[in-house]
Amino acid sequence: MSRPELWLLIAGMALLTFLLRSSFLLAAGSLKLPPLLRRSLTYVPPAVLAAIVVPALAQPSGTALGPVDVRLAAGAVAAVVAWRTHSIVATFTVGMLVLWGTTWLLR
Amino acid sequence: MRVDGASFLKGARDMAPILLGATPFGLITGASAVSAGMAAFDVTLMSMTVFAGAAQLAAISLVGSGAAAWVVLLTTLMINLRHLMYSAALAPKVADCSMGARATMGAFLVDQAYAFASLRFSAHEPWMNKRDYFLGLGTPLWLTWSAATAAGAYLGAQVPAGWQLDFAVPLMFLALLVPSVRDRPGVVAAIIGGGLALALTGLPFNLGLVVAALLGIAAGTAADTFKRESASGGPT
Repeated sequence: MSRPELWLLIAGMALLTFLLRSSFLLAAGSLKLPPLLRRSLTYVPPAVLAAIVVPALAQPSGTALGPVDVRLAAGAVAAVVAWRTHSIVATFTVGMLVLWGTTWLLR
Repeated sequence: MRVDGASFLKGARDMAPILLGATPFGLITGASAVSAGMAAFDVTLMSMTVFAGAAQLAAISLVGSGAAAWVVLLTTLMINLRHLMYSAALAPKVADCSMGARATMGAFLVDQAYAFASLRFSAHEPWMNKRDYFLGLGTPLWLTWSAATAAGAYLGAQVPAGWQLDFAVPLMFLALLVPSVRDRPGVVAAIIGGGLALALTGLPFNLGLVVAALLGIAAGTAADTFKRESASGGPT
């Protein structure tokens, strides 16, 4: 992708995001979300985020811990931390430390 | 434009603790963009105009892997669909505001701003200027987000590849995913979405994510419908 193309893409992303955010606010009352659509939107974050996370963690890095790739192992530990703490910083720190630790031990 | 200071400050004070979490997220967004071959200026521009962390991170890795623009836009649409829900939920509470005020709120309607605003606007606080409260929520977060992205893009260029900083991206998404799973239908949506995305990795145009997410959403909704029907003793 050339640079002008990237700028155009960024403008498109910005416009799209603004339209999604302002849609119902600007329509103010004259537009209603059907109940079924409203319920399904609740499940957008878990479905979309899992669809991003799972393939990214399953990608082999080349360093394996027995049958398990180190990235998958670090991801599993980080998932437990995310679940217990709900903290981005803690999840990131523990995940990276486990990855570095295991990579260093197995090098 | 006159801004009501008390309302603005109220918003800024609500948002303050969130800035701490947005900083590392922005740093990683900037750093991963640079390692994907994007210019520091371009990713900073992206943060200033798009202002949506998860969508930006996904777009950056797609651009880095050579995906077409329409695939990136489709993925952006999928990830940011949740804002449609925020917009619909907030609309009745701001029906008394002007068009310009509502457009301003739309520009700043990120996850955290939605959470605070829906809380504050439900309570009866007649002194509050809703637009200016929203500006108080949005401005500090927008500044932090943009500055952190720029700093991350600059610092990321100095980080050696041996640090495997690219792993920060799935970790970031993991930290967003786990709290988003709130009930059993949510678990179903995540398992179907994640499992199918893995199975569909080879799909052309990197469309696996979009297809898997749509089916995950459908599965979650179906599980939710089933749960409601069995709770009410079947459809009547």
